[in-house]
Amino acid sequence: MRSFLILEDGTIFSGKSGDREIEGITAEVVFNTSMTGYTEVLTDPSYAGQAVCMTYPLIGNYGVSSEDMQSGRIWPSFFIVRELSRTMSNFRAEYRIRDFLNKYEVPWIEGIDTRKLVKILREKGTMNGILTTDPDFNLDYLLPEIQSFDMGDVVKRVSTKEKYQVFNEESDAKENFKIALLDVGTKYNIADSLAERGARVTVFPSDTKAEDILGMKPDGIMISNGPGDPKTCEGVIEELKILSRSGIPIFAICLGHQLMALAHGMDTHKMKYGHRGANHPVKNMETGKVYISSQNHGYVVDFKDSDREIAEPLFINVNDGTIEGLKYKNEPIFTVQFHPEACAGPKDTGFLFDRFLKLVGGTAR
Amino acid sequence: MRDESIKKVLMIGSGPIVIGQAAEFDYAGTQACRSLKEEGVEVCLVNSNPATIMTDKEIADQVYIEPLTREFLEEIIEKEKPDGVLATIGGQAGLNLGMELSESGFLEKHGVRLIGTTALTIKKAEDRLEFKKTMEKIGEPTAPSLVVENLDDGAAFARSIGYPVVLRPAYTLGGSGGGIANNEAELKEILSNGLRLSRVGQVLIERSIAGWKEIEYEVMRDSNGNCITVCNMENVDPVGIHTGDSIVVAPSQTLSDKEYQMLRSAALNIIEELEITGGCNVQFALNPDSFEYCVIEVNPRVSRSSALASKATGYPIAKVAAKIALGYTLDEIPNAITGKTYASFEPTIDYCVVKVPRLPFDKFLTAKRTLSTQMQATGEVMSICSSFEGALMKAIRSLEQHVDSLLAYDFSSLRDDQLSKQLLTVDDRRLFCIAEALRREMSTDYIAKSTKWDKWFIDKIKILTEMEAALKSKPLTRELLSEAKRLEFPDHVIAALSGESELNIRSLRKKYGIQPGFKMVDTCAAEFAAQTPYFYSIYDGEDESQDFSKELEAEKGSRKKILILGSGPIRIGQGIEFDFCSVHAAWGFSKLGYETIIVNNNPETVSTDFDIADKLYFEPLTAEDVEAIVLKEKPDGAVVQFGGQTAIKLTEALMQMGVRILGTSAEDVDRAEDRELFDKVLAETGISRPAGRTVYTAEEAIKAANDLGYPVLVRPSYVLGGQGMRIAFHDDEIREFIGIINRIAQDHPILVDKYMMGKEVEVDAVSDGKDVLIPGIMEHVERAGIHSGDSMSIYPGFTISEKAKSTITDYTKRLAKALHVVGLINIQFIAMGDDIYCIEVNPRSSRTVPYISKVTGIPIVDLAVKVICGETIEGLGFAPGLQKEADYFAIKMPVFSFEKVYGAEISLGPEMKSTGECLGIAKGYDEALYKAFVGAGIRLPKYKQMIITVKDSDKSEIIDIGRRFEALGYKIFATRSTAKVLNENGVHARKVNKISQESPTVMDLILGHRIDLVIDTPTQGFNKRRDGFLIRRTAIETGVNVITALDTATALLTAMEKMDSLGKPEVVDIAKVKSRYHE
Repeated sequence: MRSFLILEDGTIFSGKSGDREIEGITAEVVFNTSMTGYTEVLTDPSYAGQAVCMTYPLIGNYGVSSEDMQSGRIWPSFFIVRELSRTMSNFRAEYRIRDFLNKYEVPWIEGIDTRKLVKILREKGTMNGILTTDPDFNLDYLLPEIQSFDMGDVVKRVSTKEKYQVFNEESDAKENFKIALLDVGTKYNIADSLAERGARVTVFPSDTKAEDILGMKPDGIMISNGPGDPKTCEGVIEELKILSRSGIPIFAICLGHQLMALAHGMDTHKMKYGHRGANHPVKNMETGKVYISSQNHGYVVDFKDSDREIAEPLFINVNDGTIEGLKYKNEPIFTVQFHPEACAGPKDTGFLFDRFLKLVGGTAR
Repeated sequence: MRDESIKKVLMIGSGPIVIGQAAEFDYAGTQACRSLKEEGVEVCLVNSNPATIMTDKEIADQVYIEPLTREFLEEIIEKEKPDGVLATIGGQAGLNLGMELSESGFLEKHGVRLIGTTALTIKKAEDRLEFKKTMEKIGEPTAPSLVVENLDDGAAFARSIGYPVVLRPAYTLGGSGGGIANNEAELKEILSNGLRLSRVGQVLIERSIAGWKEIEYEVMRDSNGNCITVCNMENVDPVGIHTGDSIVVAPSQTLSDKEYQMLRSAALNIIEELEITGGCNVQFALNPDSFEYCVIEVNPRVSRSSALASKATGYPIAKVAAKIALGYTLDEIPNAITGKTYASFEPTIDYCVVKVPRLPFDKFLTAKRTLSTQMQATGEVMSICSSFEGALMKAIRSLEQHVDSLLAYDFSSLRDDQLSKQLLTVDDRRLFCIAEALRREMSTDYIAKSTKWDKWFIDKIKILTEMEAALKSKPLTRELLSEAKRLEFPDHVIAALSGESELNIRSLRKKYGIQPGFKMVDTCAAEFAAQTPYFYSIYDGEDESQDFSKELEAEKGSRKKILILGSGPIRIGQGIEFDFCSVHAAWGFSKLGYETIIVNNNPETVSTDFDIADKLYFEPLTAEDVEAIVLKEKPDGAVVQFGGQTAIKLTEALMQMGVRILGTSAEDVDRAEDRELFDKVLAETGISRPAGRTVYTAEEAIKAANDLGYPVLVRPSYVLGGQGMRIAFHDDEIREFIGIINRIAQDHPILVDKYMMGKEVEVDAVSDGKDVLIPGIMEHVERAGIHSGDSMSIYPGFTISEKAKSTITDYTKRLAKALHVVGLINIQFIAMGDDIYCIEVNPRSSRTVPYISKVTGIPIVDLAVKVICGETIEGLGFAPGLQKEADYFAIKMPVFSFEKVYGAEISLGPEMKSTGECLGIAKGYDEALYKAFVGAGIRLPKYKQMIITVKDSDKSEIIDIGRRFEALGYKIFATRSTAKVLNENGVHARKVNKISQESPTVMDLILGHRIDLVIDTPTQGFNKRRDGFLIRRTAIETGVNVITALDTATALLTAMEKMDSLGKPEVVDIAKVKSRYHE
């Protein structure tokens, strides 16, 4: 069925969608430059409230395997691709991509010049857009609606409602630390990466009080990735202040990294179009070594010279010099903006989980 | 950080172009040289291949076109005293040489070090055992293998790892004697043959992983341990077919993120463990049904794949590798494309890249066509599109093989069961066979199972055959036409399928506004703004080239635009020389203030590096594709004389588009190539040529031959490298040849000429329409009848009389003037004493242009560009006519790749067979000759035993040759009649039996591995004398030198006789050969 993607600046893309009518779904439109890993991208809760455009043109080639999912469902409001594969080919493939999208009732638009879309977003910055199959849309009516779109309390939406445990029976790690993972939109592979290294992980909903987490007497605390503007998570920030003072080692990723910075009085701001992909170089400021990282963020920590009393940059982005990680001075806390849990993307920084568990007290693995 | 102690670097090139080592190393080497010079490093270059751009004095400070052997390298190092040697840019040849110098202790003794990847690393990566040990240490799997020396060990090992197993004899060229054994009986058969063929009696037995997916990663690592992957690539053909012969797609298409990252991590683990500093290629076999994988091999150097990865992503691997060799780390090297990112960034692409090999089976009609682990492709094409289907369609029409759709090879006459069987045949036509199976609705699963191509690729081909069917049966609506164009169906194919005229399709497209746009290659999928002048076309997206053009104009002002058409894939008859010419033309026009636009599709070349011209269009070189560029760019003119036949063929189409052809006009090109028109030119100018006729049918040809008298030369007009050219001795041969000629699509007539056995002479000249400038006269060693590209060529011609030389000069002037040549002209003559006959005129650049430019110091491409733009030869400071001879003899030696193409006939004739060339340059003729042979890898004597078998007409000449070899201490074996002639004339020759006779036969002799040389002149004609053919093939495959022309044998003798008296040859820095041209 013919469909239209309309951006808040009035640009219209005309493409094709599935058989169902789409009345009009609004989302923040972002792009991801990973050439593989669309299943992981689609199921990453950080994309809640957004529509993702894949820059790689051929999507769905290897189908979908449920073991690649990073959460229980698809999160983006809709999916934007140049070509959605009509077939699938991989020994693990369970679903064709279009069947997978249909299963979760997530619409898509294909057959558009995705490169043109990316260039608009790159030049004008991330903006909202609407997907509709109605050919008689009225721009005068739609544009204000698109512009005023607000994704709401996305963290609450994506976070687990009940706490749960993750433990890997097959891990041969000598020690089994107790790790509390605060889920502000976590991907499965954060808990899995810890469990693989022997940890007994308890995953908590985002609105859990610090005292409830501390109540389980964790050996370490992990704050996950997640969607949206960190500054809207006022409640979580307050709890993080308490957790930070506990003296328990903390490792935070992505949204968690931003929230921790806010909890320590630093600031964050929205980037023009963010970092989303699997190819960003980050430099470890302790060793000078550069790693290729998986990234998915639209906000970034403002790090001022005065902040050096609180924390030191642990990683910076080689391309644009933005802060990619912080090591706190008076507390056993370090945080990263990128995704050491990969999925999708390179596993080059997986060693950070080892570093965390080492900090927690044991010799990991 | 830059290592400041490296001030001067010796870079080793890869030598002559052979199958498996082609233009990609000129591309890499040129880029690396420029990268080093950018850093203020003095670069000393050695490469025996004169046709390369890297051997220009503009590229390196000192240039040695010397044989790539340890002796010559040592002499150069002693003379030049570099601080470091960079050996990882010149392919396997350069790497091996670097290792030899290092392992012998020579480098250390002279205080020189290998820069970039170290000798220790190279050994760990290259030595089979060391490599296996290293992989085991870090837990990276390799296929189990063992070297065996007898049948029992082989059988026992095969039982332990399970069948099928792959067998590879050690030290046989071209993988002969190897194979796949499915059971013990097969194993015993292949193994016993392999043990016999192997010079060291060893065969490697390996678990077969044939049929797995073959995946490659191009990785970079710096001295600080920073690692990135530039690109991964998936071979459409499974493991078992050399990656050089496979269709390859970038990035991988059928790997999920798990598999992609698993192999990426493995590649990084490997280069970390090997401590590579620079670029490296890692090849994996991946089980399509599990996560199981094996490391196939690691190349610790730039490679064909790295050239492909560079062009596919825009990431300049060789340039970055050179910087890393100087000590820089990846995060210190800016990405020239974005200006915002660094070399430590991994490219990501938003298009699909397809590479298709260019195989030489059109040249070797007797060859088997089967593809295997031995590479046979001479070159390749690459294409870029938004879809796989589009990229595939673009790639096949870039091949210059009369292929423009999946219907090009016709399998429709096969029955279904035959087609099913044909699907199992692994050859260059498999893609077309799959398409036919899909047209018959065979299932994608079945085809995938038969071919071991992933189902995803089969389904993509199905989308193309579905489009064929739709075009045949459905009305040509706007939607259908636009979808057909998105899939890159050429207009004339759409026309043929839909029953419309091509003109109609064009006007429909115009009406519907279906035109391609050009997108930019930017390494980053548009995440960052880039200014790369590197474009590809798509039908489903907006144009980006116009904006770029505006910005370029704003920056550099309005300039005249010149379109330079490249030469497409490297194939026999059209090699790297034409890339040399295209690149120099681009530089030449640029110096004159033009905006230069290159169109080409060969990823191995310098011309497709995005910083050579102002703009690069990576596109097929067909009229329709070029027209799309012309519509966007509106060039002020085009030059076609530098891109070989590929570009020349587009002349007419360009004129129809209204593009001005600069230089010699199309009508005049036609007058040189159309036989009857050319006869008129010769008559006007009073120049003779061998008598000949133009005919269209076999009957006409036979009549012409009988009128002229046998032997005659038969060939199609408008061909490359003598394709389809034969010498015929009687009527039957003519019939047979015409049949072969007609197998290749022919719109042009056939030429029949009297065959004259004189001295062949060649000139390249620059003409301004009035005067000509002839840098020098080249003389062929072999008599006429052997293609000029396969002949040894000597500059200056020294057995040619002064009178003949002045006649040649005069004729060249007359011909250039009569044909109104503006720019380059190449003329071939036959000299019979003082009489000169003209046999061929090519009003364009030729194979010998780089060679003659370098040895005379006269940059003729530059000069040609200037006269094309209106300057005169006198105005450029030259006295017209033949220039003073240089102080050096320079001998161009053809180099062949026969051992690599199974079943190829190796005897020389009028059809070109060589893949490359090397140069011998020296003050004296004998020394130049010696260097030429050494450069071509002929290093004799070894065992001082040889075999001679010649045809009757050569018997009288062989006596003296035999005598001279005998005087050098050679023990001569000869077949019956040759032995008789030799013995009767006092040359002791031992008679050997024919293959069919009782042992020991000539074959046993060759397999004894103690023969230096076989001289075998086969009867001309096309009869398949299996004995001679088998002897030649076996000799070639076991590494024995074979000479099939007596003139070559005489030249070799001269070199061997003089060798001892020569003393140590002197190395020549041709950058110091005085330039005869000062701007």
